[in-house]
Amino acid sequence: MSDERKRRRVIAIVALLVAGGALAYLATANIGESLVYYWSPTELLAAGEGAKGASIRLGGLVADDSVIQSDDGLTLKFTVTDGESEIVVHAEAVPPAMFREAIGVVVEGTLSTEGHFESDRLMIKHDNEYQAPEGHDTRSMEQLMKSLQFEGTRDRVGSS
Amino acid sequence: MSLSLLGQSLVLLALVCCAIGAPVGFLAGARRSPQGLEWTRRLALAFAFAMALANLVMEYALLKHDFSVSYVASVGSKETPTIITIVSLWSSLEGSILFWGLVLGLFTAAVAILQRRGHEDYLAYTLATMLSVGIFFSYLIAGPANPFAPTPPPIPLNGPGPNPLLQNHILMIVHPPMLYLGYVGMTVPFAMSVAALLRGNLGATWLRPLRNWLLVPTGFLTAGIMLGGWWSYEVLGWGGYWAWDPVENASFLPWLTAIAAVHSALVMQRRGTLKGWTVVLILITFLLTILGTFLTRSGVVNSVHSFTQSPIGPTFLVFLGICMVFSVILLALRIDTLAAEPADEAVFAREGAVLVNNLLFVALTFTVLVGTLYPILAEAVRGVKVSVGEPYFNRMAIPISLGILLLMGIGPALPWGRSSAELRQRALLRPIPAALVGLALTYAFGAREFMVLFVGALSGYTLWVTADQGLRPARARMKKGESAPAAATNAFLRAPRITGGFLVHFGVVMTFVAIAVSGSYQFTREGMVLPKGDSLKIGEYELFVDETAVDREPHRAVQKAVVRVTRDGKDLGILEPALNHYPTQSDPISTPSVRTTATHDLYLTLMSTRGDGAVGLRAIITPGVVWIWIGVLIMVFGTGVCLIRPSGARRRATAAEVESVGAAEAVG
Repeated sequence: MSDERKRRRVIAIVALLVAGGALAYLATANIGESLVYYWSPTELLAAGEGAKGASIRLGGLVADDSVIQSDDGLTLKFTVTDGESEIVVHAEAVPPAMFREAIGVVVEGTLSTEGHFESDRLMIKHDNEYQAPEGHDTRSMEQLMKSLQFEGTRDRVGSS
Repeated sequence: MSLSLLGQSLVLLALVCCAIGAPVGFLAGARRSPQGLEWTRRLALAFAFAMALANLVMEYALLKHDFSVSYVASVGSKETPTIITIVSLWSSLEGSILFWGLVLGLFTAAVAILQRRGHEDYLAYTLATMLSVGIFFSYLIAGPANPFAPTPPPIPLNGPGPNPLLQNHILMIVHPPMLYLGYVGMTVPFAMSVAALLRGNLGATWLRPLRNWLLVPTGFLTAGIMLGGWWSYEVLGWGGYWAWDPVENASFLPWLTAIAAVHSALVMQRRGTLKGWTVVLILITFLLTILGTFLTRSGVVNSVHSFTQSPIGPTFLVFLGICMVFSVILLALRIDTLAAEPADEAVFAREGAVLVNNLLFVALTFTVLVGTLYPILAEAVRGVKVSVGEPYFNRMAIPISLGILLLMGIGPALPWGRSSAELRQRALLRPIPAALVGLALTYAFGAREFMVLFVGALSGYTLWVTADQGLRPARARMKKGESAPAAATNAFLRAPRITGGFLVHFGVVMTFVAIAVSGSYQFTREGMVLPKGDSLKIGEYELFVDETAVDREPHRAVQKAVVRVTRDGKDLGILEPALNHYPTQSDPISTPSVRTTATHDLYLTLMSTRGDGAVGLRAIITPGVVWIWIGVLIMVFGTGVCLIRPSGARRRATAAEVESVGAAEAVG
């Protein structure tokens, strides 16, 4: 290999390394800003101020007697509970067909400065693996959270 | 003999054929033994035959509702329509692996038959590699994912039927087979590259079949990914077609590296360089298909595609590990044997642009891979549950994609090899007016966002270059006095690959523009609407609900809203979004209803019904969606055109001669 070719090869490799490094830096920087956290109400409250403004998928049950729907059917308030803690959720959405009290839901959004959860996606989780509240079972809660990752990306509600 | 036993015997037969054929093939390759090669071919055909029969037995069991076969008991039901019963072969884990075996068998047989003559140097190694992959899949079907296992008594009288999501749309019949043909098909270029490395030579005679066998699965994968997006759009009811879902990414990753390899193979054919690089890309492509299958089949990610938690995850991980170690060792030992023929190294030339294009494709693969694996690693290492949101993917993928679009214009405009600076400058400046026209058109259609205007300008540039280069051989013939139709026909027949390649580029530009427009100008309205009462307004449309109805079908109940669509008081017809209730499913599955026009889609989803009869409707208007499907269909069609054998070249002509004819045409 001639010196000229060798020199060019070195330059090419250095350029590639620089470009690769820049790409890796950009990827890690961007990924941090795009993370969506899967939390229960207890975990959300434990995160404290850090939860305000972060992208969160909050999972739990709709508490009994907590649903208030406006007359035009477009705004919705309810409480999500995991048996230990609860959080009030505000959503601007037509509730999906299965929405009712004591059903598993996952809401996506963030904690507002006033301390309620502002949701722009509402997803229903109701399957046989997830049994409701008496004897709050962390394992089924985990399954609920995990099984909702898919619907989270698909079933958007009111997030135009 | 019970179907269960018959099926298991056939799978074992397939396993035996692979287990004998693979070592025989490698030995035959090393010793250049014609008899050894002949035996390898026979065993490859026997493997394909046994797999085909095993699949037929499963189809028979499904159609006969033989619930003593465990797979039939888990996905069959007497109420399921026949066509759905047939395709439920790939609706669940065990069946889909069996179907994988069939596709692998078909590809192995195709290589054994089509590459029979003139490729004795490579064929034994190639078949041996494919049969080695066959050992793994036959073992999976025979053991960990056995669809033929007998159902433990008592044998049920009826089954639950396949996953309702898969029953809901006709596209589900074609989407999985297309993806399988693409995914499994990547085994062929992988095996051919392994053969080239083992042989220590990648000559012109092997280049042509390698390029064609790379194009075939790439075309299928393109179609499969598009059909998946289309299905998602038609069925899932959220109005989009791509969500950077981990399993969508799993099909996207090998597609990216395969396309990079298709282009570097072009440089390899023309300039004799980039051989090692192309082989590396092909090996990575294969590894990504195995990684993708692991992600889909192991239950480590949750997605519409993932099957239930299954024990085959670890098996796949081990196989992936073996393939990676094998590839790395093979490359380390043998890649030097594929050294480039000394060629003039020109950077500001078409080959330089292809190289940069390759690097962009690899960069895109890397970023998508990082975003896909991050949640799995975060959970394994830190125990936190996170997902990577769409913003990451969009922010990273959009700039890289725009770079690729730009290079699609610059690359083909540049000549191959060394050229004068003036020539290059002229070639690059000539399409500028077309870029301005593209920009003006996008602006005239109302686009004001920078990204969309930029895509418009780049598309104008690239389209001009595409048309100019695609028509160049025909123009050269017309200059020599041929009539226009004769020149076009002869130019096409002489080098279908040129026409095909630029057709693909044309489809890519169309898809790019449609994605940019549909992604930027979609909007949604939701509301509760009373039948014969108020209306929902979206854009120029006003939607009224005429009535609601429930249709009972044997396997489901369909609750639908009859929605009348009007614009400026003019009746445009009825849309019927529905909710399907399956007895085995507690959640209803919605079927959106779409009104497609050339400029935009009106997309309606039935969300819910209220006690007083009001229905919750979601309406979405998305501009340009239909052009995505059309653009991708053109890409697939163009890929097919590339595979047409050039006429004029004698059937037994060496590939090198064929290439020089092609080169002369292209330089024109």
